[in-house]
Amino acid sequence: MKPLNYNEKLDVRLVLNNLAAYRPRRKGWTWRKIVPNQVINGLTYKQTSEGLKQSIALPAAKHFGGIDPQPDCVITTEIASGRFEDDLRRMRMAAWHGADHIMVIRTAGQSHYDGLIEGTPEGIGGVPITRKQIRASRKALDLIEDEVGRPINLHSYVSGVAGPEIAVLFAEEGVNGAHQDPQYNVLYRNVNMHRSFVDAAVAKQLMSSAGMAQIDGAHNANATAREGWKVMPELMVQHALNCAYSRQVGMPPENICLSTVPPSASPVPALSFDLPYAVALRELFKEYKMRAQMNTKYIESDAREATVSHTLNLLISRLTSVDIQSTITPDEGRNVPWHYNNIGAVNTAQQALLALDGIKEMVEIKRDGILGERVRELKERAVLFMEEMLAVGGYFSAVEAGFFVDSGHYPERNGDGIARKSNGGVAANSITRRDTDYFAPVCVHFGENNVPQELSQPCDAVCGCTLCKPEKIVYIDELDEWDNVNRRMSENSEWQEQGLIKPEVEWAGDGIVNVQMFLPTDQRTAHFAAIELASKMNLSDSQVIHKQVMQAAEGTFLEVKGKLNTAIDPKYLRMPQEEVVLSGDEVREAVAQQPLRIVAATVGSDEHSVGLREIIDIKHGGLEGYGVRCEYLGTSVPIEKVVDAAIELDATAILISTIITHADIHRINMRKLHDLCLEKGVRQKLILIGGGTQVTHEVAVECGLDAGFGRGTKGIHVVSFMVKNRRERGRK
Amino acid sequence: MHRTDDFATRREPLAGLSEAELEKRFWELANKIMEPLVDMARTHTSPSTERSVILRMGFSSVEAQQIVKRVEDLGLLSKGAGHVVWRLAKLRNSGIREAAELLMTDAGGTEIREYFRGCCQ
Repeated sequence: MKPLNYNEKLDVRLVLNNLAAYRPRRKGWTWRKIVPNQVINGLTYKQTSEGLKQSIALPAAKHFGGIDPQPDCVITTEIASGRFEDDLRRMRMAAWHGADHIMVIRTAGQSHYDGLIEGTPEGIGGVPITRKQIRASRKALDLIEDEVGRPINLHSYVSGVAGPEIAVLFAEEGVNGAHQDPQYNVLYRNVNMHRSFVDAAVAKQLMSSAGMAQIDGAHNANATAREGWKVMPELMVQHALNCAYSRQVGMPPENICLSTVPPSASPVPALSFDLPYAVALRELFKEYKMRAQMNTKYIESDAREATVSHTLNLLISRLTSVDIQSTITPDEGRNVPWHYNNIGAVNTAQQALLALDGIKEMVEIKRDGILGERVRELKERAVLFMEEMLAVGGYFSAVEAGFFVDSGHYPERNGDGIARKSNGGVAANSITRRDTDYFAPVCVHFGENNVPQELSQPCDAVCGCTLCKPEKIVYIDELDEWDNVNRRMSENSEWQEQGLIKPEVEWAGDGIVNVQMFLPTDQRTAHFAAIELASKMNLSDSQVIHKQVMQAAEGTFLEVKGKLNTAIDPKYLRMPQEEVVLSGDEVREAVAQQPLRIVAATVGSDEHSVGLREIIDIKHGGLEGYGVRCEYLGTSVPIEKVVDAAIELDATAILISTIITHADIHRINMRKLHDLCLEKGVRQKLILIGGGTQVTHEVAVECGLDAGFGRGTKGIHVVSFMVKNRRERGRK
Repeated sequence: MHRTDDFATRREPLAGLSEAELEKRFWELANKIMEPLVDMARTHTSPSTERSVILRMGFSSVEAQQIVKRVEDLGLLSKGAGHVVWRLAKLRNSGIREAAELLMTDAGGTEIREYFRGCCQ
């Protein structure tokens, strides 16, 4: 496929074309390339990595030359809307905002699917992970990583009852990372414990062979227990058991990542739990990588609250350490994440990580006080937990006894842990003892393998396995002629080919919009009134997705999502012509040849001067920097005085700054400026410009001025307009 | 089980350990708990493990399902599903794919079961 062009859509049809021949360009996990003491735009960063070729910087970057420093750690976004073809476009958006780890959540039920799924069926709460879906995702990510200029890691899950097969699939297809933790199977998916551990060993060795990063599943205990922070000792035990098991089956420590979540959230004094826990983990698990996840347990429907919790989680990451910073979308508490909320979460991570860059050079963790005591206590509780596991007979007996996910702060026990039967669960009694002549004629196979002596490596028996000869991989395109990507895409093809625009949050053409409103009534009335209002806005399937009482009687804030069953044809859109801004050099030359002098003032009874001064001042890249001679008259200047000064100084233009008021004073002032210039016979001679945070070009022109400039205006925009306007007048 | 937090008394044997000793103990315990499970994995197999072998031999996931099911039905999973296919190919001096097809037939099933009868357990 030809490289992506930043202003052209990713063509999913082309991605899907000829996937049978696709091979991944590399295998294994990629970390960012760290640049110590990196200087960007005159600022020194302590914890950043190589920059991107193309990206979209944080909004405030425009004040700092548009810089987009990339933190040192990998940043994850979790994408899985149920239709992978739509996820590909979201992956591209996320990559442009700095994500380099794309975690694809599996569809509900795949854990219990005894084998591989093929083709592209639609998923629920995730996507079915299949060879076709992986190839399409990896192929799209190849294009996207070339576009942004940084390798992107693709990640999914090696769990359930088909772990070894999925691990083969991932190793063959160059998936870069995966969750793998047999304890997750046992506790949360009720997969038989013997089966889980037998399969996990095979899967882990396969993952190691492909250099994949492994993330464990311990954080789920935190998400399951009522008071998440009480399971901290157990979380450490779960991390340790998966690390120990992985090491014993041959996984190198640098590929093993702990999935760690700050277990609490405000209004509890969160950092008093989260910080000692984070420190204890990093002391005990020095050899391993930290994948810092954001808290999901205490996310409600309030995106603001979620973002604050996640920012505090990022503080923990920076105060301790982080190798992979995972992100949780701020809407996870209300729906399957929407496109722009993935971006929001990635932005939150980048914003906070950059703000906290180098904080450990200024702030130290006070290891010897209450924090040290808590760290020690956590370690001791975890040690006691494992001692008792051995005392009752080992791992299986401990699980049977309900040791795990008990809400008590170990050794406290509340008797509400998840107990599983050793001979029960999904796929019980499904492991078989290998006979002494057991033989697997393939490479990277864990366990006893009686390879015939005449073979130098096991897969010689079959003239090479797929790991040695990838051309032997059998690709299945689709198995279900009804439930597949081609049929889904054909449903949307008509309006897409016409170039129509439909709103979307999740899937192409889903039509979903979100409306925010404040209703001055009680919560219950507001809820039903909001749905009725959405219906009057022509929204169907409306649902209140968030509400917050401002005061019981005074009112409620709500967010309502609904489907807008309409589309826009951009051919018939009336759009004002885009102003072409001249280059700085061209403007400077024009002003040097024919001097430009302006009179500027904040008019009316307005004492604001910041905006106008920024347009004028040389240090803000204002008009003075282009050689324009500026006469600034100050604030609260009467219109008459401005016009008189312009006449007296023989100015080319008048710039007035005005704020919006309830009385429409900005319109009155702009109209007055125009009228007064007419009256004094200088309207033809003078370029009249209005500005202010909420002034638009259209409003200014309507009031008789030549141009209006609003929020985001820079000096170059104004001087470019004046130069062009003067040329046009000259022509006339 | 219900138990109040008796950490204060339970921790007494650990109180004298240095931080390094405590951490060492932590990892000794984790490794000790996992050792028998690794041994179990080393000496056992499962249908998914065997399907992962068949996949690596160059069969599709659909074929892997059928082959491993057949090997299970023949009671030969303990030999390794890949082994069964490979052995049949050797016995018949045929290719691996042909052997897998033969395995699905009564003749192939009988032949391979006969071969492994009385073989090492």
